[in-house]
Amino acid sequence: MQEYSTEKIKQISNEMRINIIKMLNCAGSGHPGGSLSCCDILSSLYFGGSFNFDPNDPKSKMRDRFILSKGHCAPALYALLSHIGWIEESELANLRKQGSILQGHPDCTKVPGIEVSTGSLGQGLSIGCGLAHALKLDYDKDAPNVFVLMGDGEIQEGQVWEAALFAKHYNLNNLIAIVDNNELQIDGNVLDVAGLDAIALKFASFGFKTLECDGHDIDALKEIYKVALIQDKPVCILAHTIKGKGVSFMENQAGWHGVAPNDEQAFQALSELGV
Amino acid sequence: MLYPYKNIDLPAKATREGYGETLVDLAKNGVNVYAVDADLSCSTTTAKLGKYEANRLVNVGISEQNMIGVAAGLALQNRIVFTGSFAVFGTGRCYDQIRNTVCYSKLNVKIAPTHSGVTVGPDGGSHQMLEDIALMRALPNMRVLVPADYYAAKAAVSIAAQNDGPFYIRLGRAKVPQVYTQDFSPRLGNAYVLKEGSDVTLAACGVEVDAALKAAEILESKGIYADVIDVFSIKPLDLETIVNSVSKTNALVTCEEHSVVGGLGSTLSEALSQCNPTRQLFIGVNDRFGVSGQPDGLLQKFGLDALSIAEKTIKFLNS
Repeated sequence: MQEYSTEKIKQISNEMRINIIKMLNCAGSGHPGGSLSCCDILSSLYFGGSFNFDPNDPKSKMRDRFILSKGHCAPALYALLSHIGWIEESELANLRKQGSILQGHPDCTKVPGIEVSTGSLGQGLSIGCGLAHALKLDYDKDAPNVFVLMGDGEIQEGQVWEAALFAKHYNLNNLIAIVDNNELQIDGNVLDVAGLDAIALKFASFGFKTLECDGHDIDALKEIYKVALIQDKPVCILAHTIKGKGVSFMENQAGWHGVAPNDEQAFQALSELGV
Repeated sequence: MLYPYKNIDLPAKATREGYGETLVDLAKNGVNVYAVDADLSCSTTTAKLGKYEANRLVNVGISEQNMIGVAAGLALQNRIVFTGSFAVFGTGRCYDQIRNTVCYSKLNVKIAPTHSGVTVGPDGGSHQMLEDIALMRALPNMRVLVPADYYAAKAAVSIAAQNDGPFYIRLGRAKVPQVYTQDFSPRLGNAYVLKEGSDVTLAACGVEVDAALKAAEILESKGIYADVIDVFSIKPLDLETIVNSVSKTNALVTCEEHSVVGGLGSTLSEALSQCNPTRQLFIGVNDRFGVSGQPDGLLQKFGLDALSIAEKTIKFLNS
C-alpha cells in the first residue's frame, strides 16, 4: 500500500470519527470513547505506508494482519473498512441492528477484512501470537506482520501476559502490539481501578521492544510503525491517546465509554467534526 | 446403526494413547495437523507429534487460555490444530476462549485434552473433569465425540481432522478395556448398536460402553435382554438409532463417566422428550466432585461398573 500524505490521513481519521458518531447515534448504543481514541492509530497504520494490504482483496495471501483485540471499538474498524470499500457505507447505519453484518462486536464470519471475531477482552494478542508464528513458519523472513490493537484497560487481563511470554519465547519479530493508552476504562481511571502503570516497562521486561508516541500525531505514528518493522523482537507501541478524541464533551470522560450520543449530542459532535 | 461387535480379548489401552500417534499418522499422510499443548505434552501424548516434526508441536507453557488463542492463530493460517492439557484445564480454564474465539469465529481447532472423568484416579476431584461434555456440547458450531476405547479414539482424531471447524474429543488417562478392533471406522453423527435385546436400552459413551456391554451379559443371565448402544457422537446425535431402540424397549438407561447434569443422559433426554418420551434412568456421577483412588475402585464407588449398572437397571425395570 502506498503511503498517504499526513493531510489525507487526517481527513480519513475525521471521516471515521464522523461515521462513528453517526453509526452510534443510529444504533442507540455502543462505545464512542475508545472508538474515537483509536481512529488515528488505525488510519495511520493502514495508510501510513507500513501495512501491506490489497484494497481489492481482503484475503490476499501476503497481507499484513490486523486484529482488533478491543472488539468493543468495532465502529472505528467498520468506519475504516468502509473507507477501504470492504463494507458498503450505507450498511454503517445498520450497526447493531437485527439482520446487519455489523454486529456490536466484530464477527469475522460476516464482514470481509476482519481476521477473527473479538469482543471478549484479552484474547487478541494470543491469536496474534499463533498467527505470527504460523506466518514465520510459512514465509520465514518474508513473513507478513501481525498488528494487535488492545486497550490499556484490556491489558489487565492475565491472558495478555501469557501471550507476551509466548511472543518473546518464540521470537515473534513480526508481531506488533499496539496499546491504545487512553487511561480510562468503564469504572474510571485505569490507575484507580486496577493500579495499572508503567505499561512500557512491563512489556519491556517481557522482552518486547517498546516504543511510545502521541497516538493522535499522524507523522509520529507513521514513523513509529516504520521503526517497529525493523526490530528483531516483538514490539509494543504505547500510543498515548485521549478517550473520545475529537468531540469536546466526550474527551477524557469515562462516562462516554459505552453510551451512544442522542440526536442533540450527535448534532453537536458532528458540527465539531466539521459537518 | 448395527455394528458387528465381537467380544475380543485385547490388552487394555488408554484412549490418550491413540491421540499423539494418530496425529503422527495424519502428518505422515500429508495432513497439516498441529498440536498446541500447555506443559503436558508427554501426558497427553501430543509430544509424539513434536518428536516426529518439532514445528508441529507448539508448547505454550502453563497457560491454557493462551493455548487456545495460539491454536486459533495457527488455524487462521490454514492449519488443523489440536489442543492439549487435561480436560479440567483444557475446557474449563479456557471456556471463554473456546467460546468466543474458536466457536464464534468457527475456526479449525480441535479441543482434545486428556484426563477426563473419575478414571484419572489418584489426582482426585480437582483433576477429574465431569462437566466437559456439558460445557462443550452447549457451544454452537462445536461437535462432540466420546471415544469408547483406543481404536475409537484414533478414529475420533481422524474424523476431527477431516471435518472443518471446532471439535471436542473426550480422552482419558487410564487404560480401559478395548471394545473395538482396528477395523472400527465410525462416522461423525453415528451411534453404534453393539448388542441387541428387547427389554431395555443401555446407551453409553466412553469407558462406560464396555461397562454397559458387561452389564448386558449379567442381565442376560437373569433373562433380561438389552440393546447396548455406543453413543460415540454426542453432537451431532444419531437420534434415529436411539429412537429405533427405545421404541422397541420403552426403557432407557444412560451410562456415562460424567456428571448426570448436562452429559449423555441429558442429551438423550432432551432429544427424546420432543419426539419419543421415554422412561429413563440416569447413571453417572450425581452432581458431585470426584475423589482420589484407583480407576476401577472409583468406577465402583460411583456406581459406574458393570455390576452396579446391572443392579440399578433391574431395580429400574421393576419400579
